Parts: sequence; C-alpha cells; structure tokens
Amino acid sequence: MSIPLGPGPASDLLPAARAEAEALGVAETPTQQLWRAFRKDRLAMLGLYVLVALVVVALVGQLLTGFWVVLDPATVRLPDKLLPPLSPAGSSLAKDLLPPFGTYPFGTDELGRNVFARMLQGSFVSLSVGFVAVSISLGIGVTIGGLAGFYGQRKLGPISVDSLLMRFTDVVLCFPTFFLILTVVALLPPSIYNIMIVIGISSWMSTARFVRAEFLALREQDFVTAAKALGLPEWRIIFRHMIPNAMAPVLVSATINVAHAILTESALSFLGFGVRPPYATWGNILADGRSYIFDAPWLFLIPGAAILVVVLAFNLVGEGLRDAMNPKLRRRAG
Amino acid sequence: MWRFLARTIVQRLLLLIVISIVSHTVIRLAPGEPSEVDAMNPMMKAEDIVRIRQSFHLDDPIYLQYLHWMKDLCTGELKSFRDGLPVVPKIWERFLNSLPLFACTTLIVWTASFPIGIQAALKRGSRYDRGTTLVAYTLISVPGFFLSYLLILWVVRSFHLPVIGLRTFGTESANGALRVMDRVWHLVIPSLMAALTGIAVLSRYVRAQMLEVLAQDYVRTARAKGLDEEHVVYGHALRNALLPFVTMFGLLLPGLISGSVIFEQIFAWPGLGLLGYEAILARDFPMILTLNFMAAALTLLGILLSDIFYALVDPRIRIE
Repeated sequence: MSIPLGPGPASDLLPAARAEAEALGVAETPTQQLWRAFRKDRLAMLGLYVLVALVVVALVGQLLTGFWVVLDPATVRLPDKLLPPLSPAGSSLAKDLLPPFGTYPFGTDELGRNVFARMLQGSFVSLSVGFVAVSISLGIGVTIGGLAGFYGQRKLGPISVDSLLMRFTDVVLCFPTFFLILTVVALLPPSIYNIMIVIGISSWMSTARFVRAEFLALREQDFVTAAKALGLPEWRIIFRHMIPNAMAPVLVSATINVAHAILTESALSFLGFGVRPPYATWGNILADGRSYIFDAPWLFLIPGAAILVVVLAFNLVGEGLRDAMNPKLRRRAG
Repeated sequence: MWRFLARTIVQRLLLLIVISIVSHTVIRLAPGEPSEVDAMNPMMKAEDIVRIRQSFHLDDPIYLQYLHWMKDLCTGELKSFRDGLPVVPKIWERFLNSLPLFACTTLIVWTASFPIGIQAALKRGSRYDRGTTLVAYTLISVPGFFLSYLLILWVVRSFHLPVIGLRTFGTESANGALRVMDRVWHLVIPSLMAALTGIAVLSRYVRAQMLEVLAQDYVRTARAKGLDEEHVVYGHALRNALLPFVTMFGLLLPGLISGSVIFEQIFAWPGLGLLGYEAILARDFPMILTLNFMAAALTLLGILLSDIFYALVDPRIRIE
C-alpha cells in the first residue's frame, strides 16, 4: 500500500496519516536518511569537522581580537617585525604591548603585527564574505528559479514568464564572470560590502536553474496537488511545501559556492582589488605576503594553507552532500 | 538543419546585442571616469579634459554613447582611452600571445584528464581512486596564484630556469634552437599551472561519466558476449561516455579571454587577460567593453559550436 506521506511538512499532514506512517515504521525523516548516508563518507565528515571548528574559531577569534587588547590585529610592534612563527616577543616591548603568552604563534609581518591575530580576524571576515555572497546569490537564484518554475506558464504579453526569466539567466551566464567582477569591483568605491554583493550577483545562475528544474518536477507531485486542494494560499505552498523540497541540490551548490567565493576574494586580493585594510582577510594576508616570500615565507604559506584547508573542507562537504542525496548512489552503497 | 542553424544564429545575434547593451550600461553607469585616473597630472588643464571628453563622446547620453561605440567597433575605428591607438589591432596582437598559452593548456588538460578519470572509474573505491579524488579536490581548492608562486620558486631554484614573460630578456640574438627552447620553457610552466585546475575538474567529470556508462545494460551485454575488457571499456563504454565532452569542447572558447587573468598576471604573460586587467586599471572603457563583448561573443559561438558538434556526433539527436 502506498503511504500518503509526501515530503511536505508534518504540520500540514493529517494526524491520522502521520500515525499510520509511524505505525508502518517510516520513522526516518528525509533529513535523517541524508545524515545517515552522509556520515558514511569519511572525507566529507572530516570536512564537516573542519568547518565546525572553523566557525568556532572565527566566532571566538572575532571576540578575542575585538576585546582583548594584546591580541588586536592592528597593533604595530616595529621592533618585532618579520619574526618567524613561535618566536618569543622581543624584550624591548613595553609590558602592555606584549602578545599573549609572550610568543607569536604564526610570527609577525613587515609591520610587526601579530599574524596569528590577523588570521583570527581574517577567518571571520573571509567566512562572512563567503556566506553573505552566497546568501545573496541564493536569494536571487531561488527567487528567479522559483518564479520561473511556479508561474512559468503565465504570459507577460507575447512571452511566458518562464522563457523571459530563463533567457535572462542565459544572458547573465554569457558574461565572462571573473572579468566582470573585476571590472565592477575596480570601478566601484572599495568596500567589503561591494565585494560581497558583486560576488553574489555574479553567481546565482546555477541556483536559479536547479530551483526551476526542481519546481517543475514538484508542481506535478501529489502533495502539491493535495495542498492546492486543501485551499492553501500560494505563498504557503511555495514556502512551506515546495522550497524545502527543492533545497537539496541548492544546498550542494551553495556549499561549493562558499568555497568559490573565498577563492574569488583571494584572487581579487591578488590583483589588488580585494577587501581593503583595516579588514584582514586570508586573501589579502596571502596577497600581501607574496612580497616577502623569500624573507618571511610564513606570511605566504600560513594563509595559503588555511585557504586551501577551508576551501577543501567546503568542497568535500558539498560533494559528500551531493553523493548522499543521490538515491542511485545511496542504494548501491547501502 | 539549415533552417535550424539560421534560426539559432539569429537568436544568438539578438542575445549578443542584448548582452552588449547590458554590459555597456553596467560599465558606463559605474562611477569612475577615465579623466579622473590622471587627476594629479599638472599638465592636465580643464580645457584638455573638456576636449578629451568631447572626442570620446563622454558627455553624450548613454544610448548615443552605445551607438558610437558600436559604430566605431564595426568600422574598426574604436580608439583606446589610454593611448589613442585602435583597439582591435591591439587585441589581435595580444590574442596571438594568448593563443599558444591557451592551446597548450587545453592540450595538457584534455590529454591528462581522460586516462586519470577512466582509471579512477575502473578502479572505483580503490586506493588509486580515493587518492586521485583527494588530489583533485586539493587542486580545485588551492588559490591558483599560491600554487604558482610555490612552483615558480621550485623551478627557479632547482632548474635555474627563468619562467616569467614570453622569453628571456636578451636572447633575441641567440641561435634558433636556444630561442625555441627558451620560448617552450616560458610556455610550459604557465600552461601547466593553468591546466592543473582544469585537469582536476575534467578528470572528475570523466570519472562520473564513465561510472554512469559502465552501469548501463549494453556494457553488461558486451561483457556477457565475452568481449575482452579492453574492447568493452574503450570500444563500448568510452565511446558513449565521450558524448557530453563534445559539448564541453565548445564551451572552452571564452576561457581564451577571461580564464587567464590571474595566470597572465603572475607570469607577466602579455595576453588578453593582462590586457583586460591593464584596461580596467586605466578605466579604458572602449577596451573593457570590447573585451567583454568579445568574451560574450565567444561564449555564444562556443554554445553554438557545441550544439552543432553534438548533433553531428550523436545520431540520436535529430534537428527538424
């Protein structure tokens, strides 16, 4: 017998149907199934641990660098410039200028700033660039894809909403992305928000396509028909029933897009258009460090390795999610 | 077939015009004037600025500016803001520099990815497969310039080879063989660096595609017939797995302009990407716009080519 258990939220399910489902032992929600499949992927789990650790580090780092004066990333200690990692602070420093525990875990840069403190602050800024940019691209992508998928058949004059929005997406896809980002960032006044917005605006196209495809498939499903028959308003069908079910591929591309955004920011920094001081991001620490690659290689290696590890973690989690969501693979693995 | 072609080409041309209008608007509406770049120059008088603005139509309304740009572009008279030289010959010259780098990169990517990806698919789950997966993800995740700097350091230190620029300074008078070797060395390292990410991405695609095809019924049939494994993999599976890559080949074209900014900057390679970067720094709008326009045109051409390739290669696709 078939179970009338659409993937729709439980709040709209009839209590009888839910009880029936539980009696049949369908206790596992799609999220639990996903988690079970995801957990088997060791690399992806490793990536997840790294990301969780990173978020903690970024938050704690933001607090520490903001409120603990000796860990202020902008403190200039010229007598201690270009010290290698783990070296003790020089004795000529005033007592209240000494770094925590009297050492520089990641050394100091050309102005004697504590690289450890700068990396801590940078982790927060780099992550926020990634997350904000991806939120913007998700917002645009879900809106355009959702409109095209749900209201696609409506006519606006001679052309349908669907072809209008999708042709627009095609137009944007034809732009040389990195070149356009570079142009706009170079022309706009330098600001961290402009960089987030530009990266977001230039990366929503794949999300829009995924969401549209999912919506086209979901429209025909029974639980949407049922929701319509119940007389639910359209916004409720869209936001409570369709978007949560369309999120799976979007989540994957969002995870990978965060990685992309962090890399794009570092590439922009390399070309001199990245986030400007006083913000430290991993990208601009790395880009500044390349001038000292012979004298102070740690200024180059530490941020580079950090970016590599974090972007790798995002990519691994994204791929792990994709594999876990792919029912064909899941069946074969289980 | 011909009617389909004509219709697609007309559609693409319309799309190209829309794109050119959008990019013109975006770039012209952004703040920043070419006359501001040299604002501190004491030789620049107010009347000079007015004269310059007039000669580049900077005071006209934006749609007139667009028409001027289009007209100049089509007649080949478009002049760069920076040095007043015609834009198109300059782009052509840089294009000839970019072409070897692009061709070499593409060659490396496409010859290396297939063996790696096919092996990974055949030995799915083995140590080789997991190893290449991890290496591929690492290469995708590393900032390109970070890896390039490390590689430059290594090459310069262990082989004492110069790798920056098109050729070593002062070798113009050297004998032929030496000059050729010098050019090759200068070409290999940048294209290898630009290719690494490409290999990582493409070999993953090859692996996924091979896995999908190897699970098909006709592969099982071929095995059941008693064909040797070589024949099954390369004769039956690979031939079908190749189809999607035909389309990817067309999509390579735009990489000629936009894909190489970082690497051309690192290796001081005077190609199209570096030209665009210099144009952006100088607010050289005609150059930026023309490069953007050409990149969009190449993208559309690439899509068209891949559609045609696909129709030619895959007999299941019929075009009315």
